[in-house]
Amino acid sequence: MNDPRTIALITGVLALLTAATGVGQFLKRHPDRGLDPAAVRTFNSRLRGWWILCTVLAAAFWLGTTATVVLFGLVSFWALREFITLTPTRKGDHRALFWVFFLFTPLHYVLVGMNRYDIFSVFLPVYATLFVLTRVAVAGDYKRFLERTAKIQAGLVVCVYCLSFAPALLQVPIPAAATGRSGNFRLLFFLILLVQFADCMQYVWSRMLGRRLVAAAVSSNRTWEGLLGSATSTALLAAVLWWAAPPFQPWQAALAGLIVAVMGFAGGMTMSAIKRDRGVKDYGTLVVGHGGVLDRIDSMCFAAPVFYHITLLVTGAKP
Amino acid sequence: MLSPADIAAPPTARPAAGRSAFCRAAGLSLAALARLLSGASVRWIASQPDTCQRVYFANHTSHLDALVIWSSLPQTVREVTRPVAAKDYWSRGIVRRWLAQEVFDAILIDRTDIKVHQSPVDLMLREAGATHSLIVFPEGSRSVTGEVGEFKSGLYYLAKKRPEIELIPVHIDNLNRVLPRGEFLPVPLLSCISFGPPLWLERGEAKLDFLARARRAVLALKE
Repeated sequence: MNDPRTIALITGVLALLTAATGVGQFLKRHPDRGLDPAAVRTFNSRLRGWWILCTVLAAAFWLGTTATVVLFGLVSFWALREFITLTPTRKGDHRALFWVFFLFTPLHYVLVGMNRYDIFSVFLPVYATLFVLTRVAVAGDYKRFLERTAKIQAGLVVCVYCLSFAPALLQVPIPAAATGRSGNFRLLFFLILLVQFADCMQYVWSRMLGRRLVAAAVSSNRTWEGLLGSATSTALLAAVLWWAAPPFQPWQAALAGLIVAVMGFAGGMTMSAIKRDRGVKDYGTLVVGHGGVLDRIDSMCFAAPVFYHITLLVTGAKP
Repeated sequence: MLSPADIAAPPTARPAAGRSAFCRAAGLSLAALARLLSGASVRWIASQPDTCQRVYFANHTSHLDALVIWSSLPQTVREVTRPVAAKDYWSRGIVRRWLAQEVFDAILIDRTDIKVHQSPVDLMLREAGATHSLIVFPEGSRSVTGEVGEFKSGLYYLAKKRPEIELIPVHIDNLNRVLPRGEFLPVPLLSCISFGPPLWLERGEAKLDFLARARRAVLALKE
């Protein structure tokens, strides 16, 4: 962790968060600045979320790869809880769900921790699918069969499979030019930073220039202008920070940033569509007044696998 | 009516301090486990947790109901609260019996053998004494569909015999998906427990009116 680039990255993020917290507190104390107080509240609660995120991440990074994989496993587990809670299931799904939660999800993360890309890349999409289909069929309830199994499958893929590519980044072999273990941690941190930044920029650009909604029925605050602005600014940030992410050249980092922003947008839209269909605003009430875990990680879930494979392409590494 | 006999009868509930440290630790860890497993978010709507004598009445959807309501109460309240449970389920096997007797301090009701002069309501009131609160499920048994069924009359007689006790409606949401009827392995979905404002039996209120009102109070917490 005592690599100068790691220190620079950590210091930069801490400085940024501290400055933002200062601004947020100032705006809270002076409500007469003509700013929407609701927006200030959202900003402050987001900031609180980031502080928590950074603290937990720092602790996990410090404890090492296994701790980080376990942390992401727990997040996946919780997100899947929220996902399945929100989707109506029938009694015939009960046994299948039990194994999905207590066998497939943990085992997948064990495989990720063991760096068995050859198995974990097919374990959930193929074997869990086969199991869920069979188990629900054997349970004897054929009503809306495909719909029910598809819901479980979608939950597994989004909340568990896709998210697990983030900690899997820690295992990608990076050429010796970069610095060992902390290089991989910086790569993961780079991804998280880009995803959060893209989310934020999406909001900012939508508010400033947003005219054309992408799909008014699904999301009332995601605009084409927001998407474009967020993709551009994230690409810029990624290019500026290219030195932090070991295998990337500046232009590769920019391209990765652009794709991460677009994938984050895709994740947000998808989750909005599901939420709209179920008639709820947020996925959970872990902390009263905040959204659920799934609301926070939807963009991450969609961006992580793509970023992982970009990294493989760039390094030319075999996982 | 509150007859002197009801109060004079020595309550069999042991004070929490008298229970062994092991049982208390088991209770604490079980409460934590139940909260974690059921992911229950607890809401108090126009109502506050209190150690005064109360009857919590809830819809019944799962074997976990009593445990989850019990564990969603603050610890001081939990110590004076006793779930009322079915004897045929909770006295079967060593573990269940130990849990019911030593950890939850449950009042077990024999559903198969209800006598006229030893009605469950009398038993509950005797066990509750003047200090303990109760958790009851007025539907009598777990609903299959997840809908709230009609209330049995026990709640009415409880209210009639001890009109000063606060009746707190409780709504349990989603727990039937965590552990449905006939399953023994839980699926850790998120549930929600809502406590509502207290209600009392009005003077001269008819039995059916009161039961319907109590049922509506539970249903009103669904939102």
